[in-house]
Amino acid sequence: MPDNEKGNGTDKTSTRRAFLKSSGLTIGGLVVGGTIGTFLGRGEPETGVKTEQAEPTPVQNPNEALMFFYPDEYQKTMAAAERIFPADDLGPGAKELNVAIYIDHQLASQWGVNARDYRLGPWYNPEPTQGSQIKLLRKDLFRLGLKELDNYSNKNYQKDFVALEASEQDEILVAFEQGEAGSLSGVSSSEFFKLLRTLTMEGVYADPMYGGNNQMNGWAMRKYPGTRMNYVKEIESTEFIELEPQSLRNHMGH
Amino acid sequence: MTTKLPKVPVVVVGMGWAGSIISAELTKAGIKVVGLERGKERKMSDYLMVHDELRFQHREELMQDLSKETITHRNNKKIRALPMRHYGTFIVGDGLGGAGSHWNGQTYRFLPYDFEIKTLTEKRYGAGKIKPEIPLQDWGITYDEIEPYYDTFEKMAGISGETVELYGERSNPYPTGPMLKTPVLEEFEKATKKLGYKPYIMPSANLSENYTNPDGISRAACQYCAYCENFGCEYGAKADPVVTVIPVAKETGNLDLRTHANVTRIVNDGTKATGVIYVNTFTGEEFEQPAEVVVVTSYVFNNARLLLNSNLGKPYNPDTGEGVIGKNYCYQVSSGYSTLYYDDKEWNLYAGAGALGIEIPEYTGDNFDHSDLNFLHGAGIRTTQYGNRPIATNHAPVGTPSWGAEFKKQSIKYANSVLQVKSQGASLPHRNNYLDLDPTYKDAYGMPLLRMTYDYTEQDKQLVKYISKVTRKIAEEMGPDHIDTVGEQAAFNVNVDTNTHNTGGVIMGADPETSAVNSYLQMWDADNVFVIGASAFPHNSCFNPTATLSALAYRASEGIERYLKGGGSLV
Repeated sequence: MPDNEKGNGTDKTSTRRAFLKSSGLTIGGLVVGGTIGTFLGRGEPETGVKTEQAEPTPVQNPNEALMFFYPDEYQKTMAAAERIFPADDLGPGAKELNVAIYIDHQLASQWGVNARDYRLGPWYNPEPTQGSQIKLLRKDLFRLGLKELDNYSNKNYQKDFVALEASEQDEILVAFEQGEAGSLSGVSSSEFFKLLRTLTMEGVYADPMYGGNNQMNGWAMRKYPGTRMNYVKEIESTEFIELEPQSLRNHMGH
Repeated sequence: MTTKLPKVPVVVVGMGWAGSIISAELTKAGIKVVGLERGKERKMSDYLMVHDELRFQHREELMQDLSKETITHRNNKKIRALPMRHYGTFIVGDGLGGAGSHWNGQTYRFLPYDFEIKTLTEKRYGAGKIKPEIPLQDWGITYDEIEPYYDTFEKMAGISGETVELYGERSNPYPTGPMLKTPVLEEFEKATKKLGYKPYIMPSANLSENYTNPDGISRAACQYCAYCENFGCEYGAKADPVVTVIPVAKETGNLDLRTHANVTRIVNDGTKATGVIYVNTFTGEEFEQPAEVVVVTSYVFNNARLLLNSNLGKPYNPDTGEGVIGKNYCYQVSSGYSTLYYDDKEWNLYAGAGALGIEIPEYTGDNFDHSDLNFLHGAGIRTTQYGNRPIATNHAPVGTPSWGAEFKKQSIKYANSVLQVKSQGASLPHRNNYLDLDPTYKDAYGMPLLRMTYDYTEQDKQLVKYISKVTRKIAEEMGPDHIDTVGEQAAFNVNVDTNTHNTGGVIMGADPETSAVNSYLQMWDADNVFVIGASAFPHNSCFNPTATLSALAYRASEGIERYLKGGGSLV
């Protein structure tokens, strides 16, 4: 790694200074609306003294708890998501990245109840080009899918899904993907699979504030630096520059 | 109960680029304007927590709330149209700034060929070249006539770019120099130059340098932070009505801006409008806003829908080819591309900007000979560096499973080692591609939704096949370890396709029989109604639409001023 900046730029004040410097903005220079004023106003402590805040080592993350799932649903989701994105020598899988916590929180959110989708009837089966027409809410579809995971598993393997070998779990997920598992109140099992896959990838790579991407390790695995505010130097570099990931938490106080 | 408000000179419906430009120009001229916006107020500091891929890209925070309003779609007249229940293909803007807040900032002019496409095609290839099912039309304005308005828009927005010989003549160079030529762009440059093409850096509204525009608005240079499309710019580097024309309009004291005001109808007697009806989206309260001039700037879909829901203008009938409202709906054709996988190269692909790219001009418009080709027009062929965001960008060579260990391995292996040679192809009208009102589905206010009847045509399929081969040739010259090329245009799918450049439905022209508005975007059927947006394009070129619709807005604002003084038709 020719230009490793790991460990640099994690101090909020210096990040802000670097931002102001590199963006060429000066007080009394460009007037570009409220944002810059806010940067300046809150960015530099008025006393000129840097406030020392002892950051306690996080022992427990209060966000790691269930808003939507019941415990057995959480276990099943963990197991299924791990097959979508398994741990390997590249790094952690969905389980360690807290993907099931992410999924739980999403299903508890307005997205879980399709709040911004068009929901008026009538409902018809679509042509393949017309997009999904599913009356079930996402949270209900997911819950029914989890239930069917065990139904299908017990029918074909005489065990609950979580008790199976990884290879057997994969076989079940393939059946779901191909719509071969039982219908979920009239909806194909493949729709549950799509939801599971989408949510798993989001849980791996979304900002950690949503509950997944634990310790930003999803990002670190692919050398993604998260949500930094400028790449003026990196954009022109012919060498790959690996930066320590930063999350939206770093933008608070701006 | 509808509350009738005092009459004003001008009411503007929708505050995206078109409505905001009109508002700025008219208020600067001392004219009182009421600006109605169905979405929320927006300011630059709202963008400070914008580096959130999930919230803004995958949960579409800046987009229209589909629970309130969507479109219905069918591929042809024989099937039942169904509502687009969640996002897939189009991302329709909402709130102050409209799509001008979440766009990438790719800011091309259309070609001289575009504006006179019928005349020039017939001149070069003969009258039989245009198939009868393709209602290709001249625009009623030439490139030379629209050029000064492009120039005005580019100066206002501070567009960064370089002059391209094969394109229309410019009265001035771009106000700011081109964006940085990054190592990624250099890969494309090297290969295309070797093949004899003349690549150029994509024109950009992401400011390559600090810039102060003629209105005195200063903005900072782009930081290549990689959050443009779907996001607002926390630096104001990306031109957005919120940081350019809206502050200018507000400063005059002549703009009465009302957000959460959703216009449902234009009040009219068939020849003149008297104002608009709008609903306060919080309270459901209904208002009538009378005005001398009604300016409809509510995006392509809603422009057509508002006219149809207001019985204004003659609806297009695909069986007879008569009527104009809903006619010539066009899209864009982007399915010809190659994906390049490198086993031992890494670029800083996490960095980028929405309009950071490099392109060749040789396959655009009529810049290549179509004598032996069974399609017209062409495509921009390009490599871009938007900044690869991790939820959306997980490339793996064709044949890799879409989940599991192998998917993880491949998608991570290539996370910083994948490039694309893409294309954006023109979309020509077809008699059977059009917009009308849905007979079944309604919006949250009880008004019929817009129904889109659209599928790709033979022209599109041939174009994709031809252009994809060029992308392949360039990809091979770039020398990756593996290339996947997509060369077939599948059926249009409302949840899968990814281009969001919708055009047409209220098209401009020189003839009232075949167009809805004149070259000032003034309605032929009601001279105090101006309908502005990409809805006015009689076909869609192979370039992003914003510069052209904005240039037309500047021209329309001159027309509106003239109309307020003298009335009558402007042509």
